[in-house]
Amino acid sequence: MKAEQIVGVAVPRKEGQEKVTGRAQYVDDITLHGMLCGATVRSGIPRGKIKKITFGPGITWDEFVIVTAKDIPGKNCIALITDDQPCLADGVVNHPEEPILLLAHANRYVLPKAVEAVVIEYDPLPALFTIEESEQQAEIIWGTDNVFKRHQVEKGDVDRVWAKADYIVEGEYRTGAQEQLYIENNGMIASFDRQHGITVWGSMQCPYYVHKALMRLCDLPEDKVRVVQTETGGAFGGKEEYPSMIAAHAALLAMKSGKPVKIVYDRMEDMAATTKRHPSRTRHRTAVNREGKILGGEIEFVVDGGAYATLSSVVLSRGTIHAGGPYDWPNLRISAKAVATNAPPHGAFRGFGAPQSLFAMERHMDHIAGTVGVSPVEIRRRNFLKTGMTTTTGQTIREPIDLDQLLERGLALSDYRAKKERFEKENQRGTRKKAMGIATFLHGAGFTGSGERYLASVVGVEGCADGRVRVLVSSTEFGQGTKTVLCQIAAETLGLTYEDVQIAQPDTDEVPNSGPTVASRTVMVVGRLVQSAARGLQQTLIGLDLLRDRYSRDEFRAACAKYVAENGEFKSWAHYEAPPGIFWDDEKYRGEAYAAYAWAVYIAEVSVDLTSYSVTVDDFVALQEVGKVLHPVLARGQVAGGVAQGIGFALYEKVVWQGGRMQNSQMTNYIMPTSADLPPIRVYFEELGNVHGAFGAKGIGELPIDGPAPAIVNAIEDALGMRFDSIPLLSEDIFQAMTAGSAPRNESGTPQGFR
Amino acid sequence: MSPLGAQCEVSFVVNGEARSVLAYPMERLLDLLRRQLGLTGAKEGCGEGECGSCAVLLDGALVNSCLIPVLQAQGSKIVTIEGLAQGSQLHALQQTFLDCGGAQCGICTPGILMAACHLLNTKPQPTLDDIKEGLSGNLCRCTGYSQICEAVAEAASHGDDG
Repeated sequence: MKAEQIVGVAVPRKEGQEKVTGRAQYVDDITLHGMLCGATVRSGIPRGKIKKITFGPGITWDEFVIVTAKDIPGKNCIALITDDQPCLADGVVNHPEEPILLLAHANRYVLPKAVEAVVIEYDPLPALFTIEESEQQAEIIWGTDNVFKRHQVEKGDVDRVWAKADYIVEGEYRTGAQEQLYIENNGMIASFDRQHGITVWGSMQCPYYVHKALMRLCDLPEDKVRVVQTETGGAFGGKEEYPSMIAAHAALLAMKSGKPVKIVYDRMEDMAATTKRHPSRTRHRTAVNREGKILGGEIEFVVDGGAYATLSSVVLSRGTIHAGGPYDWPNLRISAKAVATNAPPHGAFRGFGAPQSLFAMERHMDHIAGTVGVSPVEIRRRNFLKTGMTTTTGQTIREPIDLDQLLERGLALSDYRAKKERFEKENQRGTRKKAMGIATFLHGAGFTGSGERYLASVVGVEGCADGRVRVLVSSTEFGQGTKTVLCQIAAETLGLTYEDVQIAQPDTDEVPNSGPTVASRTVMVVGRLVQSAARGLQQTLIGLDLLRDRYSRDEFRAACAKYVAENGEFKSWAHYEAPPGIFWDDEKYRGEAYAAYAWAVYIAEVSVDLTSYSVTVDDFVALQEVGKVLHPVLARGQVAGGVAQGIGFALYEKVVWQGGRMQNSQMTNYIMPTSADLPPIRVYFEELGNVHGAFGAKGIGELPIDGPAPAIVNAIEDALGMRFDSIPLLSEDIFQAMTAGSAPRNESGTPQGFR
Repeated sequence: MSPLGAQCEVSFVVNGEARSVLAYPMERLLDLLRRQLGLTGAKEGCGEGECGSCAVLLDGALVNSCLIPVLQAQGSKIVTIEGLAQGSQLHALQQTFLDCGGAQCGICTPGILMAACHLLNTKPQPTLDDIKEGLSGNLCRCTGYSQICEAVAEAASHGDDG
C-alpha cells in the first residue's frame, strides 16, 4: 500500500482544467449536424379548458415541426412519483406555465414570433393561489381535497402536557418561494432513429429519472432510451425533476422531425416555468416549563406544492422530520400536508423542506426564550438532544454529539458574548442597530426512511487495460465535487494515486443506476458503495493470486492489467444494503429517519440601517459536524455557497406572484447576493465520523442552507425589538412594519403589496 | 434581438488572431463568438447584462458580450477565456482558481476569470474590497464568492498581472 493519504486532502478537481479554460462542454455549447431548435407554447392562464388552438397569420407554418399531446406515443405524463403531470396539456390547463404545444425550426430567431402567433382559446375556471385558498376548498383542483400528501408524527402524549405548562408559546412562520438560480439555464438535446431509439444529452441531476420518464412517454424499452449528462452549470435541486419535462419535449420534436432538436430555455422561461422552493406556513404551539424546558407541542407544517404532485410528498417528509430541530421533545404532534394551488409545481431545492420548517423552529426558539425570560443561548442548551435521547420520530441518537460544546465553540468563534454586550450599549444611540443571531440545527443525510432501500442503488468500479480504474456511477457533477470525491474514495480504498482513478461521464448506456444526485446522499451512500465495489476488484485479484494482501500501487496496476489482458472486461458491482438494525415505519412515521445527521451552529452578525431600512450581514460563522471531511476545499465551498443562498433566502430573493405566475423572472428584478453584498463566511468543522459513510463522511450539501435565515432574522429581531416571522424580509418589509407598527404577514409565497 | 436585415463584414482580432466574418450588424457579439467562431467559453446566463457569464475583454475593457452589437466590435481586440492561457500554460488566475476552489459548477468561471483578469490589469494589488467590487458584476450561485476572492488575492500576491 502507498503511504500517501488521498481522503481528507485537497486534490485537484477532476474536471477543473476544463472549467477554468472554458473548454467544458455544457449543453448549449453542443451543436449536432442538422439540429433544429425547439420552443414551448405555454398556457398563460392558471386554470381552464382549452377550447381551440389557432395558428395565426404571418408565419410560414409548414416550415415548423409542430407537436401536440396527440403525438405522444406512450402515456402523456412525466413519470416521477404520481403520474399526474402531463407532458403536454390535453384539454385542460392547471397553471399558467403549463406546456401545451411544441415548435421546432432550423432558425432559432424565428421561434419567438411563432410562439406568440399560436392563439389558444380557453374556458377559464376559478383558480387557487395560496395555501389558505387551497385549504378552504372553494374549488377542488386536485384529488378530492386539494391535498397531495399528509404526514402525522406522534410522540408521547401531547394532549396531557398543556395542563402542566408554565407557558404556552404560539407562533406562525412563513417562507416564500425561492428560485434555484443556477447560472446555466435548463436545456436538452434529443435525437432519434429507429435502430437506437432516443438519445438525450443535457443539464441534469438524475439521468435515471429522465430515462424512466422517456420510456413511459415514448413507450420504448430500456435499451432504446439513452440519457447522457453534459457538464451541468449548477442545479441545487432545480435540475432534479424538470429536466425530464424538457427531455420529453425535445424527444417528441426529434421523433416527429427525424432531426436532432435542442431546447435551451432563456432566463425568463427558466425562472417562470421550472420548479422553485415550496412556499410554507408553520404553526407552533409549545408547552414550556418555568426553566424553559419544552414539555411538548404541536407543529402544523404546510407547503404549497403548486399544480401537480411532483416531489411534494417527499419535500413534505423531510420538512416534517426536521420540524422539531435538534431538540428533545418528550411529547410532540406534527401534522403536515402539501396542498395544491394553480402555480407551476414547486420542487426540489437544496434543503428540501427542512429550511422551511427549521426557519420556523429556530424563530420559535427565540420566542420561547423571550417568553420564559432566558437568553437564546440558554433556551437551546436546556433543550438540546443528547446521545441516547430520541428524535421526533423516536430515533435514538447513538453518536457522541455534544451540542452544548458545539454551541460554545460557535459562541467563541463569533465572539458572541462580548459583541452582544457592546452592541446593546451602542444601539442606545445612532441609526445603525447591530445584533447577533443564532440558529442551531441538524440535517439528515440520504433518502428519508425507507427511501434508500427502495432506491437499491448500484455502483461499479472497472479495472482498465492499463491497470488504472474507472468509477461507474450515475451520480452527477454539478459543482459539488462528485467526480473528485468519488475518485478520492476509490483511490484511497485501492491504495492507488488520485490520478490512477477516472470516473465515467454519466451515460445510462454505461453506468448503473446509483440513484439520484440529491438529498446529500452522494458522498455518504454512493461513496460507501464505491468503496465496496473497489474492494471487489481488489478481492478478485487477491483471490486469483494476481496480487498479495499487501501490495504497491505498481503491483495493483500490473495485476489489473494482467487480468484484463487474460479475461477481458473487469468490473465489480456493489448493491445498496440497508445497515442492520435500522427500522422505519412509513405508516406511523416512526423509526430511523436517516442513517446519519449533520449538526450545526450558525451565528450571524447583522446591522440594520434605520435611514434606509437595509440589512447587512457583517460576519457569519458556520460551524458544523459533518463526519469526516473528505476534501477540505470542496467542503468549505459547499458550506460557503449554501450560506450565501441562505442569506439570499432570508433577505434578497422574493418571487413576486400574480395569478400563479412569477412576475419578476429576470436577474434584474429577482435579486441574489453579489460578491459586494456578502460578509466573510467563516466555515469551521467538527469531525466525529460516521459508521455509515465512506471513510466516516456524512452528507454536507444541504445542511448550510438551513441555518442562515433564522440566524439572521433572530438578529434582526434583537436589533429592532420587533418580531418578524416571514421571509424573505426585504428593506421595504422592515420599513412597512416599522412605520405601520406591526410586522407584515405574507400569504403563502405571495409577498404583501403585489396582489 | 433578432438579427434580420443584411449582413456586413466585420473584422477584429480575437485572442491574437485576425478574423473577418459576415454578420448581422445588430447580432450580439456573444452569438457571433459562440456560433460562428466556436468560442463557447463565454456563456449566456441571463441575456441582459446582469450575470456577467458572457464577459470578455474588448480593447482591454470588461464587457458583457450579450450587450455588444457585432458592429461595435469592428476593428477591436477581443480576449475571451480561450485566450487566457498561453498554450498549455495556465494563466496565474486559472491556477489559483483551481487551487483555492474558485470554480465549482464552472458556468460563471469564464466570465469571472475575465473580470478578475481585468481587475488585476487595472489594479495589480487589490484590497479585498477592490476584489469584491471588481467581481460584483458577475454572479456565482455556487461559491458564496469567498474562495473566488481568495483565488484572486492569491494570484495578485504572486505579482503576476497576466
